[in-house]
Amino acid sequence: MRPNKDLGMAFTVQIIHKTKEFFIEIGDLSYFAIRFFKQAVRPPFEFKELLKQCYQVGNRSLLLVMATGFIIGLVLTLQTRPTLIEFGAVSWMPNMVGISIVREVGPVITALICSGRIASGFGAELGSMRVTEQIDAMEVSGTNPFKYLVVTRILAATLMLPLLVIFGDLIALFGSSLVEFTKGNVSFRLYFNTVFEALSYGDLVPATIKSFFFGFVIGLTGCYKGYNTGRGTAGVGIAANTAVVMASLLLFVVDFIAVFVSDIFYEL
Amino acid sequence: MSEVKEKIVSTVDAGTTREVVVRLRDLYKSFGDNKVLNGFNMVLHKGENLVVMGKSGSGKSVMIKCLVGLMSPDSGIVEVLGKNIVTMDQEDLDELRSDIGFLFQGSALYDSMTVRENLEFPMRRHKGRFKGVNDTLPLVREALENVGLAHTMDLMPEELSGGMKRRVALARAIILKPKLILYDEPTSGLDPITAKEIIGLMRSIQKKYGTSALIITHDVDCARVISERMVLLVDGINYAEGTYEELVAATDPKINAFFKK
Ligand SMILES: Nc1ncnc2c1ncn2[C@@H]1O[C@H](COP(=O)(O)OP(=O)(O)OP(=O)(O)O)[C@@H](O)[C@H]1O
Ligand SMILES: [Mg+2]
Repeated sequence: MRPNKDLGMAFTVQIIHKTKEFFIEIGDLSYFAIRFFKQAVRPPFEFKELLKQCYQVGNRSLLLVMATGFIIGLVLTLQTRPTLIEFGAVSWMPNMVGISIVREVGPVITALICSGRIASGFGAELGSMRVTEQIDAMEVSGTNPFKYLVVTRILAATLMLPLLVIFGDLIALFGSSLVEFTKGNVSFRLYFNTVFEALSYGDLVPATIKSFFFGFVIGLTGCYKGYNTGRGTAGVGIAANTAVVMASLLLFVVDFIAVFVSDIFYEL
Repeated sequence: MSEVKEKIVSTVDAGTTREVVVRLRDLYKSFGDNKVLNGFNMVLHKGENLVVMGKSGSGKSVMIKCLVGLMSPDSGIVEVLGKNIVTMDQEDLDELRSDIGFLFQGSALYDSMTVRENLEFPMRRHKGRFKGVNDTLPLVREALENVGLAHTMDLMPEELSGGMKRRVALARAIILKPKLILYDEPTSGLDPITAKEIIGLMRSIQKKYGTSALIITHDVDCARVISERMVLLVDGINYAEGTYEELVAATDPKINAFFKK
């Protein structure tokens, strides 16, 4: 009986401790976000570095996003086909796949891919700069490292993610239309016409706004983890790793809030 | 212990009327329970080469980071070039920092930039002074020539050896012709011959530009060659001060420990 009780006790203590840590972390992250907004609006602006980071973000993830998008479109269509045929509703395929990709699947999958790619990249980059004192060196030479490294990266992720999502969506729709073309003899033209007719602003606008937030969350967590890396090279690995975990978790939270909010707007 | 310290301090300070460049008074800094600095005092005069020696982990890097405002001390006074670092606002601090060169322990070259971009980075703040791209080139070349690496201008840091990196970092530290240079372990991790080269460069730079230098090291040979005066950092305080010869001759076991072969 006793060991069990102790175990339960230890478990409870552990949970309380973890919960406390979690809230402290959220607090620190919020503080980091506030610092970002404060610095982002204050000149001087690092345009050149921002462009470079935008290029890096796009370059790093474009191929992966396209590959995943294509496969998702393909699989989604292949798997729903039998069911739709059963109901005699296979002509609704473009509408169904189009809407689910544009509204939910495209943004979420793209964001998850990017959190693995971009958040971990930022975490590792800034982490190794911190550990090797490059961030200190910047500060000593009179350049604000937060502005130069963090603000540019978060902005780049925020601006680029919607573009990546659009790319991912288009490729996914292409993958889907490929199935319809080969299996159902639907021409590409007809397919895409149907999709674009089915989509309304009510589908596109919330998805795009959501993508901006996804980008922000990815950039923020990656930079937060990297910028606050602990001492020693082990810290870099931990930063990259935890950045991905945290970004993915927060993405779902943001997604939930976004769906909730856009639902309210639909009611109106 | 205090007797030795008193004696040595008095021989050094006697008759010194030189201008003070850095003054640290009663510096305290701790990380949690780890008390690193416990009332550290130090003065660096104009044009002087001062060596601070201490064991690994004794807080040398912490001290030098407090000196440029990268860390703030728990308490104490940090005066650099006549200004109080601790109470300064960011703008003034950045301005002051352009008069300070800092050589980091691990070189700290920006690894996403070429050697030239690394050297141009400290000039970013002074856009008014360096308008055109070609404006900076002579300065970059001069700084690289000073360390004998003019041919590496377009290489990336990863293409350089450890000793070359250290030299490029030295060039970057002196590019704005600072009044004060801080060296954090300039010779650590280098073979004795390369270390000697770096020490030679430090001396020639000082001769050429007449800078004051604070050198942190645990390399006794480096200290012997370059120091005019030394401070030993033990247990978070300035345990002893004096010239190399004075400290070698001291009988205190904690001082002796530094010079035993
Ligand atoms: N940012 C920090 N957070 C927590 N502890 C720190 C931090 N920086 C330094 N310390 C601690 O302060 C002490 C002194 O560190 P410091 O880097 O100044 O040593 P050092 O004298 O430069 O040693 P070395 O010769 O190895 O470079 C160490 O115990 C270290 O663990
Ligand atoms: Mg050190």
